[in-house]
Amino acid sequence: MPYNLMHLLPEIFLLTAGCVILLVDVFSKDLDRNLTYRLTQLALLATAIICMVQFPSVQYHLYERHFILDPMAGIIKISVIFLAMLALLFARPYILPRRILRGEYYLLHLFAVLGMMVLVSGGSLLTLYLGLELLSLSLYALVAMQRHSYRAAEAAVKYFVMGAIASGFLLYGMSLVYGVTQHIHLTDIANYIATNDASLTLRFGLVFIVVAIGFKFGAVPFQMWVPDVYDGAPTSTTAFLSSAPKVAAFGFMVRIFAYGFIGALVDWQGLLIILACLSMLIGNIVALVQNNLKRLLAYSAIAHMGYFLLGALTGTSEGFAASFFYILAYSIMSLGGFGCLIYLGKGVEDVKNLDQLKGLGRSNPWGGLLISVLFLSMAGLPPFIGFWAKLEVFLAVLNAGFVWLAVFAAVMSIIGLFYYLKVVKVIFFDESEKEEKIVAVRGLRLGLGITSLSVVALGLFPGKLMQLCAQAFEYL
Amino acid sequence: MLEQLPVLSLLIWLPLLTGVLVLLGPGDKLLAWTQRVAVAISLVVLALSVWILIGFSTSTAEFQFIERGEWIPSLNIAYELGVDGIALPLIVLTCLINVLVLCGSTASIKFRKTQFVAATLLMTGCMNGVFLAQDSILFYVFWEAMLIPMFLMIGIWGGPNRIYATLKFFLYTFFGSIFMLVALIYMGREAGDFSIQALQQMPLSETEQKWIFWAFLIAFAVKIPMFPVHTWLPDAHVEAPTGGSVILAAIMLKMGGYGFLRFSLPVTPDASETYAMILIVLSLIAIVYIGFVAIAQKDMKKLIAYSSVAHMGFVTLGTFVIAQLASADAQSMALQGAMVQMISHGLVSGALFFSIGVLYDRLHTRQISDFGGVVNSMPVFATLLMLFIFANAGLPGTSGFVGEFFVIVSSFQADWRIALFAALTLILGAAYSLWFYKRVIFGKAANEKIERLEDVNTREKSVLIVLAVLIIALGVYPQFLIDIMQPSIEQLLELSSVSKLGG
Repeated sequence: MPYNLMHLLPEIFLLTAGCVILLVDVFSKDLDRNLTYRLTQLALLATAIICMVQFPSVQYHLYERHFILDPMAGIIKISVIFLAMLALLFARPYILPRRILRGEYYLLHLFAVLGMMVLVSGGSLLTLYLGLELLSLSLYALVAMQRHSYRAAEAAVKYFVMGAIASGFLLYGMSLVYGVTQHIHLTDIANYIATNDASLTLRFGLVFIVVAIGFKFGAVPFQMWVPDVYDGAPTSTTAFLSSAPKVAAFGFMVRIFAYGFIGALVDWQGLLIILACLSMLIGNIVALVQNNLKRLLAYSAIAHMGYFLLGALTGTSEGFAASFFYILAYSIMSLGGFGCLIYLGKGVEDVKNLDQLKGLGRSNPWGGLLISVLFLSMAGLPPFIGFWAKLEVFLAVLNAGFVWLAVFAAVMSIIGLFYYLKVVKVIFFDESEKEEKIVAVRGLRLGLGITSLSVVALGLFPGKLMQLCAQAFEYL
Repeated sequence: MLEQLPVLSLLIWLPLLTGVLVLLGPGDKLLAWTQRVAVAISLVVLALSVWILIGFSTSTAEFQFIERGEWIPSLNIAYELGVDGIALPLIVLTCLINVLVLCGSTASIKFRKTQFVAATLLMTGCMNGVFLAQDSILFYVFWEAMLIPMFLMIGIWGGPNRIYATLKFFLYTFFGSIFMLVALIYMGREAGDFSIQALQQMPLSETEQKWIFWAFLIAFAVKIPMFPVHTWLPDAHVEAPTGGSVILAAIMLKMGGYGFLRFSLPVTPDASETYAMILIVLSLIAIVYIGFVAIAQKDMKKLIAYSSVAHMGFVTLGTFVIAQLASADAQSMALQGAMVQMISHGLVSGALFFSIGVLYDRLHTRQISDFGGVVNSMPVFATLLMLFIFANAGLPGTSGFVGEFFVIVSSFQADWRIALFAALTLILGAAYSLWFYKRVIFGKAANEKIERLEDVNTREKSVLIVLAVLIIALGVYPQFLIDIMQPSIEQLLELSSVSKLGG
């Protein structure tokens, strides 16, 4: 049967571009890898443009229904690509002076993006698994890039082992599901659940899949790897790790829950409620006592995953839209947050502790302001984007009738506010021992400018993005 | 052409944008010019608010100068502004205090002056936004956004213990308001519309009303502040710079009272009635107990801060005593009292904090025991301060008398015991105010520094005189203020007397 490969054009293009850049990189004599970097950015931009041109207005099930092309996939792909481009913007000045400078760094980004694109379009368990593994393998390698640092190696091993276990869980869960339903297509599984009662074995499989998803998001109690990996990995990798893959993993989650297991809503909803509550509780409370900035952001990420799950656990298209808005907002803020850490580093020295931010508001008013805006936005204060993200998920859980969950989340966000304020406090109220100006390269300034500007602009005018998020889930 | 001007938006965005520009501008290099521009813009904003006051029709309870624009259509959240008799006096007060702070208290800021100017302007814009918003989410956005400049203001320019104070302030207020957010979202979802008017008109069951009432209560009680959640206020006041204290006392506390009138009473009328007695008792505790606490204070700012809590007790008393009142006249009198008390306290406490700022700038201490005999070296200042102290004690002829008198008279009709406890303030207020005045101003000069004090300069004098004139004007002719708010108060009473239960 002849296939029309045009629908796969963005993926094919990116794969080809990746291979070409790999070859170019091998023969390039440029030690700074300028060419590789530019080509990578260009390839990503071109892929984004192709995605936009090909933006599907309806839902297509293609290639024996292994591949779904719909507005959700389109929007997630485009946002993932832009997040990856921003992450590269931050990565460039970080890896230049360090010994992580290899062409592979950029290429792994490309392959990770490719994995994400396949992942969010997965129509069957097979494609989903394929995409997830491509993504994960690229990320393992990215974390391990800093070969000479033993912390990075430790982080990489931890990440790899944990990731492998999660994949194992996922595969096992999938095999159970397949065993019961005899199908690997999400739509067939949904039909099976609709006509038959979900058997114990099927639920068992579902639990394994939920565990795997919990691992990927770093939700409590599957969060152990998050602080170590965030802390140990090169900051530029952490920035990437904490943004784009989360958005893609959200797409994965929607495919599984909303397309495959919507009939078993009661089964996974309870699990997600537990994950969400624990994540908000543990993440926020442990973050209170962190002095290491990367660990602080890691625990804050865990807490944010809790809020994010609030929308998804409702199982409605509106709830998924709220979660999508949340994860996009979070990705921008988190990327910006780690970008700021890169910006604050001096030479090959990373900024580690909160104390190092002392007096920043005085010595670098702009830098201090940017970081404060990002942190206040993470705390969910208006008029920044984080507020609307919180509002949307609160609205979603209230719509689903979980008033207590909304109140619990509200209480947790008070705890969260404290450590975000602590950072702002250190920046503006504490006096620094020494005053030095930070000079940042243009790309970094551009990246920070874009992230913080979008945090403010989307905070003032969130309407369009909300509409877009709602549009993505019209075909649920 | 002037009629088409979006005046309400200008009241919000003019200070906000100026604040942002000042922040991003040349900094302390062009300080003089920046300050001039900021004051000029603030004067324009004040003029606009006065212009609204003149153009405001006192014959209707409808919202006026309405502006409406789309904001987030998918959630039915609109950019909707309007002004009524309850909001209008508070807006004029906000704009006035803004000008006075910019003129009067930037001089005592020693470093990062332009940022202080910016913070003041940003706060003014947000506070105007709170009073003008007709959409509950818009209201909430301004309500929270305002905390950020205040947080920075106390934290950067505050006293030695400023970090503890500012974190406490922020966390307390955020703790209160996050529950309000949940309540607002809950109602907006049920009503399908987030406009305040829709929330006021939607039916709510008894249980819903109870929960929502408590959510609102936490938010507003922390802000106003009521006993027992008032403890952030003395800390924040003591540590804040003069300008911050003035804004905090004069306007930010009023938001709690405004919230009670705008949300608690009309949105949850039945729950307000059910729980009125608890709130009345808490108000009386604030009036009596905090009055005693104020007497015992050794720090000038703390004394005024506690007296603020006691005075705001009258606002909550006036607001909730209406549940115990039978006649509509007495009810409307109680609310009038609460409103006049808010405006009056805004002027009086603002003036008192300015005065303490004057003393602090000269001697760098706030301990009452470090003062004494100031009248010898600062006669003009002593005279002005006397007026403010009398107003604080509620002497007839000053604005402080009107509100307290209205509230006491109307609560007499509810229960003589309530009135009895409320009237104790006449003794307590006089005690802490006058004793404070005696210790600071009269007697022999406590030390050499006081003998060498210079009297208020023109800048300080003009700020204090403006406030003095308004305090007397409001005390002598409160009818002007009452005329403005009367229609709105009547409508509010109507809304809060109709049960939302059943059909």
